Amino acid sequence: MRKLKNYCGIILLLFSVMALCGCATSAVSALGSNESQVKLRSIQTRAFDTTDKKKMMQTVISTMQDLDFVIDKADLMLGSVTGTKFLGYAVVTMTVIVRPRGENQLLVRANAQYGVNSVEDPATYQDFFTALEKAIFLTAQQVD
Amino acid sequence: MTIYNRFLKLFFAIFLCLGISSCASVPKGFLVPSKDYLEKRQLQMRQYDTTDQEKIITSVAGVLQDLGFTLDASETQVGFVAASKKADATNVGQVFIVALLGGANAVGNCDSSQVIKASVIIKPSLDSKKTVVRVTFQRVVWNMRGQINRLETLKDPALYQKFYDSLSKAIFLEAQEI
Repeated sequence: MRKLKNYCGIILLLFSVMALCGCATSAVSALGSNESQVKLRSIQTRAFDTTDKKKMMQTVISTMQDLDFVIDKADLMLGSVTGTKFLGYAVVTMTVIVRPRGENQLLVRANAQYGVNSVEDPATYQDFFTALEKAIFLTAQQVD
Repeated sequence: MTIYNRFLKLFFAIFLCLGISSCASVPKGFLVPSKDYLEKRQLQMRQYDTTDQEKIITSVAGVLQDLGFTLDASETQVGFVAASKKADATNVGQVFIVALLGGANAVGNCDSSQVIKASVIIKPSLDSKKTVVRVTFQRVVWNMRGQINRLETLKDPALYQKFYDSLSKAIFLEAQEI
């Protein structure tokens, strides 16, 4: 019984250390993410059957505006749109890149940050692409 | 002794939860359009009876300058202009009430300065016969200690009305509400 209590104490100590340093970051995390690169790509990317990059960008912008984002930057050549949204005291930043895929498709890739965390939840991105689909009247296709 | 054991178990459970959930602070569903997005569109969008987008975008840049904004970024081919402006956010009434209730120390928490960000999108309407303009405003408010007090999207209709009044004057066309 005494031994068990000692173990409990040690485990308690370990967990408190884990809880306290759970969010600690190092320089390594500058280029790292929790998900694998391939998986993250497929979560963040959809293909659309259109080649009108400008129209797609304008639709991305208006979808982001519907989601309360204020657009900070856009670049037609790069196909990028960056916007910021305030959620209480948290700042959400999102960049969307539109680029051609083959002859008759466009790839749309979105990545969002919530405060200091990158968003890696598939459902969150799915919400964005659902809104985008509705705005452009095209179906978002999953990319392998 | 049993009380001690029970406490140990309780702490154990709490720390276990903390350890598991400490990094899961990103909420879900923040990219779902809110239900009032159509109202927001009505507030933020106007249509102009012209297809001359170049004229509209130069007028927009001019109006932003008229209103004291400086341009931060633009991509004219997509029809995008972003601008910002620093302004005083001191509210004499707020300072007075806070000083009255909390003393001189609390006054440091009062609003002091703000940066207002405007972002304007100009694009052809669905039938390509008109031009749609949409503006959104955001602001960051700092307190007297230099800390961020508030982050917000501005929703005051008067602000949007003022922008479009100036824009309509600038392009000599009546803005039509959507």
